[in-house]
Amino acid sequence: MTTTDLMPTRDLRFLLEEVHGLGDLLTADRYAHTDLDTLRSVLDLARDVAHDVFLPLAPKLDAEEPTLADGRVTVPEGTKTAVGAFVEAGFQATSFSLEDGGMQLPAMITEAVLAFFSAASAPVVSYPALAMAAAGMLRAHGSEELRQRYLAPMIEGRWFGTMALSEPQAGSSLADLTTAARPADDGTYRLVGNKMWITAADHDLTENIVHFVLARIEGAPAGTRGISLFLVPKILPDGTHNDVRVVGLNHKLGYRPAANTVFAIGDQGGAVGWLVGEPHQGLRCMFHMMNEARIAVGLSASAMGWAGYRHSLRYARERLQGRPLTSKDPTSPQVPLTEHADVRRLLLSQKALAEGGLALALWAARLVDEGRVAADRGDDATAGQLAMLLDVVTPIVKGWCSHYGVAANDEAIQVHGGYGYTRDYAVERIWRDNRLNPIHEGTNGIQAMDLLGRKVGAGQGAAAMLLMARLQDGIARGRAAGPVASALAGELAVAVERLATTTTTLLLGAPKDPAAFLANATPYLHLAGHTVVAWLWLEQVLAAEPGAEGDAFLRGKLAAARYFYRWELPRTAHWASLLAPIDRTPLDTDPDDL
Amino acid sequence: MKVGLCAKVTADTDARLKASADGSSFEVNGKVVVGPYDAFAVEEAIKTKEKFKCEVVSFTVGGGDDVVAQLRGTVLALGADKAVVVSDPALAGTDSLGVARTLAAAIKKEGCDVVFCGKQAIDDDNVQVPAMVAELLGWAQVSRIVELEIEGTDFKATRSMDGGVREVVAGSLPAVFTAERGLNTPRYPKLPAVIAAKKKPLETPDLAALGLSGGDVAAKAVTTAYGAPPERPKGRKLEGDVDTMVSELVRLLREEVKVL
Repeated sequence: MTTTDLMPTRDLRFLLEEVHGLGDLLTADRYAHTDLDTLRSVLDLARDVAHDVFLPLAPKLDAEEPTLADGRVTVPEGTKTAVGAFVEAGFQATSFSLEDGGMQLPAMITEAVLAFFSAASAPVVSYPALAMAAAGMLRAHGSEELRQRYLAPMIEGRWFGTMALSEPQAGSSLADLTTAARPADDGTYRLVGNKMWITAADHDLTENIVHFVLARIEGAPAGTRGISLFLVPKILPDGTHNDVRVVGLNHKLGYRPAANTVFAIGDQGGAVGWLVGEPHQGLRCMFHMMNEARIAVGLSASAMGWAGYRHSLRYARERLQGRPLTSKDPTSPQVPLTEHADVRRLLLSQKALAEGGLALALWAARLVDEGRVAADRGDDATAGQLAMLLDVVTPIVKGWCSHYGVAANDEAIQVHGGYGYTRDYAVERIWRDNRLNPIHEGTNGIQAMDLLGRKVGAGQGAAAMLLMARLQDGIARGRAAGPVASALAGELAVAVERLATTTTTLLLGAPKDPAAFLANATPYLHLAGHTVVAWLWLEQVLAAEPGAEGDAFLRGKLAAARYFYRWELPRTAHWASLLAPIDRTPLDTDPDDL
Repeated sequence: MKVGLCAKVTADTDARLKASADGSSFEVNGKVVVGPYDAFAVEEAIKTKEKFKCEVVSFTVGGGDDVVAQLRGTVLALGADKAVVVSDPALAGTDSLGVARTLAAAIKKEGCDVVFCGKQAIDDDNVQVPAMVAELLGWAQVSRIVELEIEGTDFKATRSMDGGVREVVAGSLPAVFTAERGLNTPRYPKLPAVIAAKKKPLETPDLAALGLSGGDVAAKAVTTAYGAPPERPKGRKLEGDVDTMVSELVRLLREEVKVL
């Protein structure tokens, strides 16, 4: 069991404990069964299993894709070893309640655990992670009968789960899905349809796979209001095989260890399914899972950004190339890459984007925790506000972290030069894996429209005000703190004002021209994301500045924060200029002219 | 049967150690862990517990909160039933014999029948304490074991010797064994056990509680300074044609490095 410069625990502990106040959270009754030392041990164990088991297998599993024969998917032995170690250690159960047989740990810890595994091999950990999200949805929306039958095996990691939304003709447009559900006499349903892009729809990792399938009950209204959610197990309660099978594997750019499938449901007469939740309320139930999944995607994307940063930092420290510009002696020793300012820029940029993204995703997890604690004490008003704030933050986490996680990985490749473009170095694989994240679980374009079109204006602007209040609170504390924090707080105040003005202008103008309102939603997501991440860098500075003088780790935090404020935050002015007034160039371009 | 194990919490292998400016101490920049050889000892103790359904007690000399947290997160989470961390100001600056006396007293008080240790700690590399503990207890001692069978009070241990030779040793308990790489594969703790370890007993007796005094652990050899090793000399580039370079390389290996 070793530590490693590729996955330093201090990076995550700093964010959890010094920035997001994990210790304060533990005073809640919900977490009375644990303490900070125990949670540190949980993180240590996650790091050890991720580093010692997942990481060495990652290149091999990237090269050996799962195979399909007779409708059954087989994964390489290494995937079984890694997933088995994850389940055996009990990570599957971290987020579930003690009552359900889980460990009832804070969501921040569950996400931090996943950060280590994502940094080692995101596609491999996606098998159990998907199952955790599916079990969470079953817990929230399944009937007592379904929970009794399926929840425990899923929490124990004996059965995994999937979510089956997309169809060949309905990817982002779920309103167009056609999978049909016909009521049977015994209260179950028979489902028939074809699903696409379904991860882990079949594999030989577990005894059973519990699919959560979106379908239309016969006679249901068109559009998203006619969609229901069904539990469709691979193996039925009587031990027979359900009418589901994989008919094809998608051969992807990255994420190759995760079997992504074309999934046929009911082509032998109809798959047996059980309704989850109320009829026609399937999307609402599914989005319970989707929102958790979106935070996890953002977290994972930033964790991969972090992994690329750590790999490229190690490389840059060891690789000797060139001489200082001032050196005139060609026979003098070469210097490490880190001696070159442009390489340091590439490293600082990755650090600022990746560690900023981790701070953002872990803050979202903190909001989940605060909401649970508020609900436990019957404080519905606070719980409601936290839920509204989390609704605003979720598309930012998913969209911003996945966009800039990939951007960081791009720079990790650049640090490696030509070697970074080969399969001999991990950064190439990490970039390919991470490139999925802006696409799946709702493309980033959808996240941007969700943020601007639904979330930020919710409650007649109350959601936006909640976010602004958090930012203003950080600015006030920053102004009263040390010289670095107070300087950054001043710059952040300008950016927050810019975000507030732009948001107000957009929301007021929305009814007049809805198409224009959403046309530039993507730059709005970047504007909001950069502003929020700038605040989270200020929070990191507030935690780091007092002890930074004798501590390289903390000095590094100040350097990355300064970098983000100098190189990234000014970009918000450009994005704001595209939004108020709205630039109409893409909107007014005739498709025939493209 | 009662099993003891000695677990030293040290800087991890990739932690950076830096001597202080005056050489009186060194800083650890990195994490502390139960040493890798001690991890083999922990695993063997747990395997012995599983075989004989007996109690396992771990022993550590000195340590603060980080040491206690490590012991809870690893040794206790893996299955040890109790940890004893001897804490006493007089232990600061003690030597191997002082540590051995402390451990022997704690082990004797607990009434262990067998004790597992790592073959060495990875910080001071003294490789002295386990043998001293055995001597102080009057027990058998077998070092660097790679296989162990215990039946009743008899044991058969296989030792790893230099040059690839293995030596088989037989004897009777009580005994102290030191673990070599290859003895077993340390397992990972399970998360429920990590959480449950919070409630396991962890005692912190001082020397007096073990019947010892500060004089018993006073160092006979005192550390006077810490420092960094001398920097490695720069590499040398051989010039000329291949024959010349090979001849020069052979000469250097024979005359300077003295490996030929």
